[in-house]
Amino acid sequence: MTAVAGGRRRRLARESLAGYAFLSPNLVLLGLFVIVPLISAVVISFQRTDGFGAGTFTGLDNYSRLATDPVFWQSTFNTALFTAIVTPASMLLGLGAAVLMNSVLPARGLFRSILILPMAISGVATALIGVLVFDQNNGVLDKLLKFVGLPPVEWQSGGAAAFASVVIVTLWWRVGFNMLIYLAGLQGISPELYEAARLDGAGGWQRFRFVTVPLVGPSSFFLLIMNVIYSFQVFDIVFVLTGGGPQNATSVLVTYAYNNGFVTRDQGYAAAIGVVLLVITLVFTAVQWRVSRTRDLVD
Amino acid sequence: MTDTLRFRVLRVVLAAVISVVVIFPLYWMIVVAFSSRADLLGGTLRLWPETITLANFERVFSAFPVATWFGNSAAIAITVALITVTVNLLGGYALAHLRFRGSTALFLIALSTLMIPVQVIMVPLFGLVTGLGLYGSYWAVILPTAASAFGLFLARQFILAIPRDLIEAARMDGAGNWRVFTRIIVPLSKPLIAVLFFMSLLQTWNDFAWPLIALKQNALFTLPIGLLYLQGQFGSDYGGTMAFALINVLPMVVLFLVFQRYFVQGFARSGIR
Repeated sequence: MTAVAGGRRRRLARESLAGYAFLSPNLVLLGLFVIVPLISAVVISFQRTDGFGAGTFTGLDNYSRLATDPVFWQSTFNTALFTAIVTPASMLLGLGAAVLMNSVLPARGLFRSILILPMAISGVATALIGVLVFDQNNGVLDKLLKFVGLPPVEWQSGGAAAFASVVIVTLWWRVGFNMLIYLAGLQGISPELYEAARLDGAGGWQRFRFVTVPLVGPSSFFLLIMNVIYSFQVFDIVFVLTGGGPQNATSVLVTYAYNNGFVTRDQGYAAAIGVVLLVITLVFTAVQWRVSRTRDLVD
Repeated sequence: MTDTLRFRVLRVVLAAVISVVVIFPLYWMIVVAFSSRADLLGGTLRLWPETITLANFERVFSAFPVATWFGNSAAIAITVALITVTVNLLGGYALAHLRFRGSTALFLIALSTLMIPVQVIMVPLFGLVTGLGLYGSYWAVILPTAASAFGLFLARQFILAIPRDLIEAARMDGAGNWRVFTRIIVPLSKPLIAVLFFMSLLQTWNDFAWPLIALKQNALFTLPIGLLYLQGQFGSDYGGTMAFALINVLPMVVLFLVFQRYFVQGFARSGIR
């Protein structure tokens, strides 16, 4: 009896040990290169540093500087605006494209491959193609606008137009991903549901509104979180396409943090911007979880 | 009936228009890469090259160590992909089939690190990489990039679907965990390994923010960093920049199209990019 129990305990102990051992390569890497730097980032955000020497503690100085820094507020506003435009736009376009690609269509595989192709392009190349297309002096878009008789747009020197160019390039890059997730969701919907709706007299729009939209709910929830997290972190496109300009019109939190950390070398300040960004992300994700859980409870 | 037909035609037209919009910037990159400077400076709208020239490529290859940068990108991306596959497969097995205290908590902590952008940790991470003596080598990029819970979720889900009976039967025959892992889990996880490998390869090949910080020596540049550097030197010489952009983009586009199945599965299931 005790021998059996002892053997069982030994087996469980061995299993635990194996569990930690198998997970440890992943955990060691994450701990060393993510968790440890994260803790130091919080510590550094309370310091004044110049270059890479040890800093001196200055309490909440960096944070109170942030509160009165117009570029920080501009970057925060731009990050929020970018997120508020890109998230719904890429989800709507993605859902529309997915419905189209899920319908009866010749050469469907070819169309689908084309739509997801931007996912294979690096952010830097995407942004440089954007620089090429949106060049306001001799770019192809400028020539196209002139060709159809529209006035030229100041994609580079105009703040709003530059912001629009960042959004357009991002959508080109990101819609394929949204379509792919929705396509997987759509393929999980039983055709019988559409047949039943049709028999009940539902038209095309009603079938979309009352069958498709509710049933891709899990995909929408997942995409909402992914798109928001991605938008908070948009770096490659902004950094290469506009560099945050003109006059900070496209500056976002991550590019502003980069500039402080590695251009002006005000590293404590850069860390503080990063901590603010992280707190915003955490709050958003927590709210999302709560909302989705209450919704699950209601259903 | 004619109504259905009209809708069908409408759908094809719509799909074609969307496809043209998506493909045009890539087409334009290719046109510019093969156009002469004189052609590009003309003020008229021309949607195809007047004459096809390789001059842009010759200029890029003679002014920059393109082959070195290509090799750097390949070496870093392949190493990161191999590490990612290995650590996530090991971790996925532990989370799927081994019981140990705190496994759920560790899993959630690992997943939550995916929300941390590199810009939040870049200052101390740079100090750490320098302190470890990695600065100035590939490892300054490889190790922090490989430190990602990307794939852990995917690996756990996939390995959970491997029947427990197979594992129990092997244990009855006296196989330890390592033997179970190498003889059962790895052979049955080939599709997972392909997905993880290609996803990681694509991400690392295209990665920008951290290599920008960690690679300061010209000889260590990856293609995206080299591309930005080259654009800084060439300025408005779009022909040269696009020729090099094409070199950066082409390998992954080809891989993406050939192994589309794995990429699509990877994106659709993990959704982590």
